[in-house]
Amino acid sequence: MSRAPFFRYVPDARRDGAAHPARRVMEIATSHSLPAPKRAGKHRASLARRMWNNRWMYLLMAPGIVFFLVFIYLPLIGNVIAFKDYSPFLGFERSPWVGLENFRKLFTDPDFGRALRNTLQIEALQLLFAFPAPLALALLFNSMVSEKSKRMVQSIVYLPHFLSWVIVISLWQEVFGGDGFLNQYLRNQGIGTVNIMSNSDIFKPLVVLQMIWKEAGWGTILFLAALTKIDVSLYEAAVIDGAGRWRRLRDVTLPGIRPVIVLLLILHLGFALSVGFEQYYLQRNGVGAGAAEVLDTFIYFRGIQNGDWGFATAVGMVRGVAGAILIFTANWFVKKMGEEGVL
Amino acid sequence: MAASHPDRTSRRLPITGKPTTFRQRVREWLKPKKQAPWMENPHPLLLIGKGLLLLLIVLVMLFPFVHILAVSFSSSTDVLGGGLILFPTNPTLDAYRVIFNDGTVVRALRVSAQLTIFGTFVQIVATTAMAYGLSKPGVPGSRAILLMALGAMLFYPGMIPSFLLIKELGLLDTYPALILPGLIGAFNLIILRQFFMNIPQELLDSARLDGASDIRLLFSIVLPLSKAVLAVISLFYAVGIWNSFFNAILYINTPSKWPMQVVLQQIVLEGTPLNPASVLDPNRPPPPPATIEMAVVVVATLPILLVYPFLQKYFTRGVLTGAIKG
Repeated sequence: MSRAPFFRYVPDARRDGAAHPARRVMEIATSHSLPAPKRAGKHRASLARRMWNNRWMYLLMAPGIVFFLVFIYLPLIGNVIAFKDYSPFLGFERSPWVGLENFRKLFTDPDFGRALRNTLQIEALQLLFAFPAPLALALLFNSMVSEKSKRMVQSIVYLPHFLSWVIVISLWQEVFGGDGFLNQYLRNQGIGTVNIMSNSDIFKPLVVLQMIWKEAGWGTILFLAALTKIDVSLYEAAVIDGAGRWRRLRDVTLPGIRPVIVLLLILHLGFALSVGFEQYYLQRNGVGAGAAEVLDTFIYFRGIQNGDWGFATAVGMVRGVAGAILIFTANWFVKKMGEEGVL
Repeated sequence: MAASHPDRTSRRLPITGKPTTFRQRVREWLKPKKQAPWMENPHPLLLIGKGLLLLLIVLVMLFPFVHILAVSFSSSTDVLGGGLILFPTNPTLDAYRVIFNDGTVVRALRVSAQLTIFGTFVQIVATTAMAYGLSKPGVPGSRAILLMALGAMLFYPGMIPSFLLIKELGLLDTYPALILPGLIGAFNLIILRQFFMNIPQELLDSARLDGASDIRLLFSIVLPLSKAVLAVISLFYAVGIWNSFFNAILYINTPSKWPMQVVLQQIVLEGTPLNPASVLDPNRPPPPPATIEMAVVVVATLPILLVYPFLQKYFTRGVLTGAIKG
């Protein structure tokens, strides 16, 4: 595990994190395997001397250090405006403190309640369908195909992962939209058209399908890696004991990759309140906010479009803290059950 | 290939092992991978079922691409005729003429291309410099700096504070706002640092004995040894910038500054029309909006499709095996 694969090469990992718990697994795996810095032995030069000797190294690291401090840690502190009635005219310091007022609004704001409900419903559907999809696909890849066609299919299903959501939604629009391929075909056949892309009733299953189409292939990578690590002698032993193909799947394969499944599940839960922004923002116009408003889009429209800065920040903060609590709880629970946790 | 399973396939394959007839080629594609002796022969129905399932998956994945490509080359009669467009009957480049004569798309393409090239360069330089600094053992404070970078993977500061930061820095509506917030991906940093640390220390030590400075080591030993991994990380950064939509929506307000993804969204999803340019033959009907929209999608997708083989070569061979062995 310490040689982490490519998952996190993909930028924007944080924003679409919910979609790729795999990335977070490897992130955390790496953070555990950091080697301690070597000590130079008994007779070390003085600290000042060593720092001077490494002056070029500090110079090289300087831009990166500034980046992390300014673009990650400074805005992290900036979350205190959740406790203020922030106004751009008064600025960061002179905006008045309002205590927990912004958090109190969480319980009364109907739009927030709606966004939260939508997010939780979509997340539940994703957990049920989008989460197992890569596993099923990986088992399929693993079970049969000739190496050659397996590699070809893999390179096809990985592709959409590298496309932006704008392109993916455009493709879906062209196939399933009002003037899209499907409806044109139905119209020409004299059958009535079906409203798929802007139908608020089926929006939630639709986004899960989109997610599966875009990311299930890419999600197989971690499972495939785990599958190859299962000891082959276990299968041989199972066959000698008379286990058939399904029995081997149930009693050798699935237990063999259970640690990976559990890890991914925990991380998935950690992002339960963040289903992503772009996929929903792009379809919000067609479907309406009633079905398509999730917490990410809610924060954007409430905070940046309507200028309710303090409240939107409070929503973001609650989401982050709730995610952390979910991860810790799931981790604790899983450890109780005798599994290896993430933390 | 065939020689390794003489018992299974030699009936149909020639001794040379190279499939020659069409039928043999198909068999080669469908041939199960090397099986352990304890494995039972798969039931033919199971094989057929799996094959059909895979075929269905491939169709579902590829159909939209084939379809939009066909639509983008279609003439208005093809589109109005309706039905299954998989191959345009009267192919025409009209849609592409329109979008390349319309200033909006060309400008957005130029913006995105410049952003991608320049941004990738800045990001890879910053990442490399920091990874190199963190890779040298015995630099005081480097552990704390590393932990700070790792912490960035766990905390996302939130949309509003990030936006207000960009605003306070005066970066709203400027291109640095699209590049700086993602300057260093913490994961890329760790990968690169690990790679640098795997370079044999003796090599570096002997150069140090010869009086080479840390900077000199970086340029004459470390970088030449890391070309491949640098290329891959650059590609991932480049794909990220080319695809960036959220940051552009957040930080760029002036329509003339929009990158490709936002313009794509405006044209295809918001239905902002492009003017059919005067370059077209007036005797022919102008291309319908759907055709133009799909041509824009094709143009925006093409760069990704062009670099995809490189990405793919890397992640199927290099990293996957690395991850497995790890």
